[in-house]
Amino acid sequence: MEKPKPVTQAGKALALAAVVLLVCVPFLVIVSTSLASTDEVVANGGWVLWPTEPSLDAYRDILDGGIVTHALGVSAGVTTVGTLLSLACTVTLAYALSRPGVFGGRPVLLLVLFTFLFPPGMIPSFLLVKELGLLDSYASLVLPVLVNVFNLVVLRGFFQGIPEELYEAARLDGAGDWRVLFSVVLPLSKAALAVVGLFYAVAYWNSWFYASLYLESDHWPLQQVLRTYVIAGSGLTDATTGEGTVTAPQTVQMAVLVIATVPILLVYPFLQKYFTKGVLTGAIKS
Amino acid sequence: MLPGLAYFLLFHYGALAGNVIAFKEYVPFDGLWGSPWVGLGNFRRMFEDGAFWDAVLNTVWIAVLQLVFYFPVPLALALLLHSLTWSTVRRFVQSVAYLPHFISWVIVVALFQQVLGDTGLLNSGLEGMGWRTVDIIGDPDAFRPLVVAQVIWKDAGWGTIIFLAALAQVDEQQYEAAAIDGAGPWRRFWHVTLPAIRPVIVLLLIMRLGDILSVGFEQMLLQRDAVGPEAAEIIDTFVYYQGIVGGDYGFAAAAGLFKGVIGALLVYAANKVAHRLGEQGVYK
Repeated sequence: MEKPKPVTQAGKALALAAVVLLVCVPFLVIVSTSLASTDEVVANGGWVLWPTEPSLDAYRDILDGGIVTHALGVSAGVTTVGTLLSLACTVTLAYALSRPGVFGGRPVLLLVLFTFLFPPGMIPSFLLVKELGLLDSYASLVLPVLVNVFNLVVLRGFFQGIPEELYEAARLDGAGDWRVLFSVVLPLSKAALAVVGLFYAVAYWNSWFYASLYLESDHWPLQQVLRTYVIAGSGLTDATTGEGTVTAPQTVQMAVLVIATVPILLVYPFLQKYFTKGVLTGAIKS
Repeated sequence: MLPGLAYFLLFHYGALAGNVIAFKEYVPFDGLWGSPWVGLGNFRRMFEDGAFWDAVLNTVWIAVLQLVFYFPVPLALALLLHSLTWSTVRRFVQSVAYLPHFISWVIVVALFQQVLGDTGLLNSGLEGMGWRTVDIIGDPDAFRPLVVAQVIWKDAGWGTIIFLAALAQVDEQQYEAAAIDGAGPWRRFWHVTLPAIRPVIVLLLIMRLGDILSVGFEQMLLQRDAVGPEAAEIIDTFVYYQGIVGGDYGFAAAAGLFKGVIGALLVYAANKVAHRLGEQGVYK
């Protein structure tokens, strides 16, 4: 094919640079501000693009055993336990639904898919959690969102893609359903498990709404704390940071933002290569 | 299979059955099942409630704006990325563009506040140059463009995945054949690329239409305090404030049920239309 015109090339380069900058600059500013000193933030009118004397004071302040530290623990715990439980339930259900001839397979599949079309609604879900006595328990952050239909469909599609011969061979060797699942299916599904696991983990890590519905404020996870102190603008005071606040609120707010974002940035590069594959299996099969 | 199934039965069908509350007057002491029936009373109240219709109107408005201004962006971005021949650059830009999808709405809203808010980056810049400052976050008139911009920032990159996959499946030979027949870049785009990805576009459009009454509950709820309900009230936040905050469970559940039924009907209808047009649709 003919070479593209220079104008087109330049336009493309410009558009790409814009995309990258639009994503990266806000993060850079936040990280920089969180590392800046109080004086510098004040002198700059609240904003720092490049701190002259970076310091970790803001982080030291909020990680001193106050509410942010506690919230970080809650978030980490809910994310870990929730992701493992969700994966266990999704894998077993997806495996059962992926095998032909499972008793009740088709009705169950329709039952599950129907919930996608017709979600139950906020109020009935809330009343259900309330009547089950789950209010103010961490279980209320996990159980109501235990299995995600999209993730279920992704895994089911992936399991169905495993060659039938492998199942037959395992059966001939006398393996039962559990054995087949653990020794044949799961080792072959690492990519799909990684993607689905990531989706669950991100959802748990990012969730704040259920916490605001079901939990008392001293049990809040990080995102809900962030919402209160950064978006709603209540300052982080002595009580919340553990001891006297010396850092400018702005740097502390930015530090909380960074802490809430970092785990995502950490796992992201490792799982990124699996996204496309995982998402597409789901999209095509549904 | 049992734990997963139990989850669906309890938390989806159990909660679905809980929608009977929409036909009741909730009395906390009697619980969900013991509360007295009021027939269609909650629905009648809802249809006569101006605030409810304002919320519906807002929802539809924001959905339409997103359809017009957000929907084409991932497609355009995918076409741009697909046209790159240097794969290192492409992969790098893709990674960067996907990233905001994994950032929570709390952080996205906080980011936007910090950049565009009262004392944010933009305003300190304007002030530094001696210009007038603008209040984008708190201005109800600026709210709709703002939420569309947020959705684009957060999800446009992620939305390219499916288009890129569709583009990758287009047969290279078709391009070569078209080029030999003298078709320029635009004609090749129009006659080869677009027809090839048409099913995906239709599919996503249908899903969007079916979902038109859901326009980012968390996004709106997080910002409703800053701009006020006139601008940010959608059906979901209406349900939240009437029910969870106001305690008027039956009334709020009626509004939620209304949304659910209309939404399901829309998906069904959109899918029918897709079949008529000879497309695959979401399901058969």
